[in-house]
Amino acid sequence: MKVWQKPGFWLPLVIVLVWGGAVLLIHQDTMRESAFVLLMAVGLASSLNILLGYTGYVSFGHIVFFGLGGYTGFYLLSEQGWPLFASAIGGGLLSAFIAGLVGLAVLRLRGAYFALATIGINEAARAFVSNFEPYGGATGMFVNFSAYQKYGGPGPALWTTFTFLWITTMVVLVASYLVKHSRFGLGLLAIREDEDAAMVMGVKAPKAKTITYVISAFFPGVIGTLYFFKNGNIEPGDAFQLHMSIEMLVMVMLGGMGTVMGPLVGAVGYQWLRGYLLTSPIFKDLHLAVAGAMLLVIILFVPAGLVGWVRNHVQRLQKVLE
Amino acid sequence: MILQVYDLTKRFGGLQALSDVTFDLHTGEILGLIGPNGAGKTTLFNVINGVYTPERGRVSFRGEDITGLPSYDVARLGLARTHQVVRPLHELTVRENVMVGACYGREKHSLKEARRLADGSLDKVGLLDRGDQPSGSLNVSQKKRLELARALAARPYLLLLDEVLAGLNPSEIASMMDTVRAIREDGISILMIEHVMQAIMSISDRILVLDYGTLIATGAPEEVANNPQVIEAYLGDPNMTARLLAE
Repeated sequence: MKVWQKPGFWLPLVIVLVWGGAVLLIHQDTMRESAFVLLMAVGLASSLNILLGYTGYVSFGHIVFFGLGGYTGFYLLSEQGWPLFASAIGGGLLSAFIAGLVGLAVLRLRGAYFALATIGINEAARAFVSNFEPYGGATGMFVNFSAYQKYGGPGPALWTTFTFLWITTMVVLVASYLVKHSRFGLGLLAIREDEDAAMVMGVKAPKAKTITYVISAFFPGVIGTLYFFKNGNIEPGDAFQLHMSIEMLVMVMLGGMGTVMGPLVGAVGYQWLRGYLLTSPIFKDLHLAVAGAMLLVIILFVPAGLVGWVRNHVQRLQKVLE
Repeated sequence: MILQVYDLTKRFGGLQALSDVTFDLHTGEILGLIGPNGAGKTTLFNVINGVYTPERGRVSFRGEDITGLPSYDVARLGLARTHQVVRPLHELTVRENVMVGACYGREKHSLKEARRLADGSLDKVGLLDRGDQPSGSLNVSQKKRLELARALAARPYLLLLDEVLAGLNPSEIASMMDTVRAIREDGISILMIEHVMQAIMSISDRILVLDYGTLIATGAPEEVANNPQVIEAYLGDPNMTARLLAE
């Protein structure tokens, strides 16, 4: 059976395809904005899941790749006049490159030590960028208005950005599925279950982990560029928000780590809840507290997440929800 | 000569785990490794397959120096092992566990090939009907068989077996012994650690005896069993040896 015949492969894709397509057709600004936030969450959570779900390594500072890639893409686009597509890829490649360097050093660490190191990297990147003049230092950068002109002014440029994000999200989902169902992915799952045993069976764990880290860092870089271009400005405080890292983790855990569908369900579910909390008079200042409590409850009672739980309890859905 | 170990020395802090261990393993041989608890048997396995790096000495496998090579490189050269304390990849199915061995072992198979090969080695150890079960749900004896199937799927030249008989009942031991013999018939050389004496004495071509990290005897099972040093270090009561061999 070819991959596109497998529901586990096309189901998440079709959901995102129809959803983004509908937004483009209806062509309403508010709808686009909320879809942008949701699709971005899906893309970020799915990228994190490629590392967290398949290798079991918890990256607490994954948002660093969103920030660094976003900064680089923004710089290329606004200061160097690159087209949006090339800038986004450039941002992604920079994130991937940094992940490769960092991975060689940090992926020797295991468990809590690795998680702590990733937080350190995020803080170091924030401090570096705050003092890096080409990136505007502590005040950041504003988009050069001529960058919008290429896409027919600010309004249409936002639609172009949305379309790019929509496609990127689908690419992340495809990448996530392909990694999981490849020979390489089987090696990653072996590392997740027992790294030493995997190595004794011949899995080159250091190399496999680094490659995975690179893949999971590339997409946040692309998404960061699109997001900050849409916003029109970028500054260190927005680019390296540790709480966004934690929220990415909550989304992955909520939906089900190690599944392709999980981050999609988790991201949408979490963002929906977040929207509700932020607008409710009681919880509006407490949404992060609720996120934290939720993470605790999931880890204690439903460690497999929503999709994982359904997979474990409904045999017939196992082939549908990968 | 498939494996040559020369002057191997490993220490952990102040503990001398292995001192100057030297032996050869002939192609097609079953070499038994015995010794009291803490003698360094599993450490010797770990040094041979690259989990630990030795302080001194040399391991050469099929003429190639593999001393200090990481365990995944050793595995890819065709040296597979099982663990004394079983280490199944819990969340994966039994078949997927074995596929890891096939994909990353000596022949580096694709997923499709690996699936076919996995069924072959599951059949050999009698676990074929459990292929779709999560490996965490197996009992101890089945997990031992899974370890063996995983190692076999790597199509190794040499297999290190670390107490595959421990914790099994007599009928399981008998069927596991048949499996080990069948593996040797397929041309795979075997180095095995075992505490079940009748079993190791009857299945091995030669026996090595390790005590406090030092090789104190090497030879045919009867020679080793009658070696006074071995009796003193390991078996304690000479009459018991005779009884065990008679069984």
